Amino acid sequence: MTVSVNVSRFEGVTMAPPDPILGVSEAFRADTNDLKLNLGVGAYRTEELQPYVLNVVKKAEKLMLERGENKEYLPIEGLAAFNKVTAELLFGADNSVIQEGRVATIQGLSGTGSLRLAAAFIQRYFPDAKALISSPTWGNHKNIFNDARVPWSEYRYFDPRTVGLDFDGMVADIKAAPDGSFVLLHGCAHNPTGIDPTPEQWEKIADVIQEKNHIPFFDVAYQGFASGSLDADAYSIRLFVSRGFELLVAQSYSKNLGLYAERIGAINVVCSSSDAGTRVKSQLKRLARPMYSNPPVHGARIVANVVGDPNLFNEWKQEMELMAGRIKNVRRRLYENLSQKDKSGKDWSFVLKQIGMFSYTGLHKAQSDHMTDKWHIYMTKDGRISLAGLSLSKCEYLADAIIDSFHNVN
Amino acid sequence: MASQNPIAPSPAAGIYGGSVFANVVQAPEDPILGVTVAYNKDPSPVKVNLGVGAYRTEEGKPLVLNVVRRAEQLLLNDPSRVKEYLPITGLADFNKLSAKLIFGADSPAIQENRVATVQCLSGTGSLRVGGEFLARHYHERTIYIPQPTWGNHPKVFTLAGLSVKSYRYYDPTTRGLNFEGLLADLSAAPPGAIVLLHACAHNPTGVDPTLDQWEQIRLLMRSKGLLPFFDSAYQGFASGNLDADAQSVRMFVADGGECLMAQSYAKNMGLYGERVGALSIVCKSADVATRVESQLKLVIRPMYSNPPIHGASIVATILKDRELYHEWTIELKAMADRIINMRQLLFDALRARGTPGDWSHIIKQIGMFTFTGLNTEQVTFMTKEYHIYMTSDGRISMAGLSSKTVPHLADAIHAAVTRMK
Repeated sequence: MTVSVNVSRFEGVTMAPPDPILGVSEAFRADTNDLKLNLGVGAYRTEELQPYVLNVVKKAEKLMLERGENKEYLPIEGLAAFNKVTAELLFGADNSVIQEGRVATIQGLSGTGSLRLAAAFIQRYFPDAKALISSPTWGNHKNIFNDARVPWSEYRYFDPRTVGLDFDGMVADIKAAPDGSFVLLHGCAHNPTGIDPTPEQWEKIADVIQEKNHIPFFDVAYQGFASGSLDADAYSIRLFVSRGFELLVAQSYSKNLGLYAERIGAINVVCSSSDAGTRVKSQLKRLARPMYSNPPVHGARIVANVVGDPNLFNEWKQEMELMAGRIKNVRRRLYENLSQKDKSGKDWSFVLKQIGMFSYTGLHKAQSDHMTDKWHIYMTKDGRISLAGLSLSKCEYLADAIIDSFHNVN
Repeated sequence: MASQNPIAPSPAAGIYGGSVFANVVQAPEDPILGVTVAYNKDPSPVKVNLGVGAYRTEEGKPLVLNVVRRAEQLLLNDPSRVKEYLPITGLADFNKLSAKLIFGADSPAIQENRVATVQCLSGTGSLRVGGEFLARHYHERTIYIPQPTWGNHPKVFTLAGLSVKSYRYYDPTTRGLNFEGLLADLSAAPPGAIVLLHACAHNPTGVDPTLDQWEQIRLLMRSKGLLPFFDSAYQGFASGNLDADAQSVRMFVADGGECLMAQSYAKNMGLYGERVGALSIVCKSADVATRVESQLKLVIRPMYSNPPIHGASIVATILKDRELYHEWTIELKAMADRIINMRQLLFDALRARGTPGDWSHIIKQIGMFTFTGLNTEQVTFMTKEYHIYMTSDGRISMAGLSSKTVPHLADAIHAAVTRMK
């Protein structure tokens, strides 16, 4: 008997728009022009513009296969060895929050998955609370809070006039928000702008958060990748911890260990007592179980092996310095080309001041489209370029394109 | 580092009075995973873990399939392999091969491009993504799940945004299927309601409909426009034959209708911790499938962006190579056969002891689990006196038994049945 229903139950489902960030790479692949450049998604490329698997990662995987480890389910909270090293990496092994057992750490599906678990936790335990996110921020932050049903509003962040931080606006908006809001802060290498507060500014941000009894919620996707130093890049988090805040930190190893596709990260919750930490951890597990039961083992073992072994850890630090160093070199070259070629006297130094994988060029949508349409340079519509996708040899071409788009397109 | 801030409060003072997390209570341990926690704590040398459904060898050890190791070595040796983000929908090869595996390579639904398949985090992730999609895009937001079912099902669907009802399934008096009850409850469901079906090897009961009964279920569901949502966690693992274990699903797809399918490779490829699975939605047309896939991406992106590559690469490597695939089917059959053997051994052991009652359900039920019919008191007794660890609903994982431990279990069941009613 054939089915009598001839119309699909899903007939009313509309075509969703392509993801603004991931969709860029799709468009790039379709372009046949030789000069094309992909400055869309933030994945590191070598000078030859090839993807890069870290040597320490290859070594760790070889060790893992030789050891013949099993593939049993991890506990809901993930690999214990991973959870231990990831918290120590973030806070410092000798930090009092670690020593006192006050951090609840759950392995999560990279940064996104960790943010989503935290958002689900906020929705359940702080149903009246709001999230505050920077304007602009990573495009997926809004989607995460929306799907987790956590209301959010924005605080000013990017100042187009200076192509820098709108610090006064930021502080004012955080102050104006209802008490007890969750303030989403980028630990370092702000995405998409590359603009980070100075240490003095971090102190003042901490002041206003404290005054309003807000809860800091850090997104740390670039520890070690921004400056080349793991400790330096953890400065902001450690500052807040030292000031006694309870806070949340979502971590990712996509960039700094090049483990993008393995989906490895963690959500850490610093609590005022180890008892609170235990309770919080148990409730995070309750949210993870109906989402995916327990997290994937492979990436967690790689991290545990690399971070847990002194030799591999040192080797990792060196490779990370190379990656961060290459990006700094490209920034410098791009800045030099822009300054030399642009006769208008525009100050391009923001390229040097910004940090991390991304640069907010200050180009608006029409100008960004022009970059693609005329110059075959693929970037996101908000004017963000990924320097990780730029080689020294292409800096000149990019500079020409930016200068042209900036001055000739309105 | 002491704070030098003049405003410095004591740590975490403020409107929540002591801790921001003061109102967060300790959650209870997950009932299924909690069994292993208790087992690990027990120092007894005769303890047996029949809790969580992970395969064990005759020596009681976890097993990584040979063919999986070979695939991993191939992947490691391949210099062109990178760790770039997968697309939101996952590894394309993996998706195609997974759909073919469950629906059959010659399935018209596949040939007509009517199947939207996305890689997900094993069975759980596939169920959650499917549930979220239905909660957003389907007009009927009630899902009917069998009574009993896997403990995590109701939570997955509730958090996905669906409301959960149940249909009768297990008959404790026969320790078999309550077919009349099943048909009655599905008949009473509102038209269009979603119905969760275990494709084979029902968890926790091990009781499956016969093919005739499946056909009747199919006819009833199609006549009421009920939407099937299959959970396939044991393809090949139940009978030892991949096609046989997919028959229920293929019957539904063959009639041209729509359905959802959550597939897991945790058991049949032993990839538990790698979290490999797929969600397929069989649609009326290729155009609908394309639109459905685009909307699935919107569910996935804010959940975890894109799925993990390792497990899916292993599966794709095996499925696309004839020799590896063949080796897999042999290893898979060996696992299934060992479990069927344990069933027979346990049944024989109980008969030999003259244990009161009809224990034939042990050999009639199929898959990893046996629903013994033991009650909570009897289970508690068996744990306390015989160090047998199992879930309180009387479910035992046959995969956790060996020919050495069967006698001990038989003794425990015998004692429980004769001493405790």
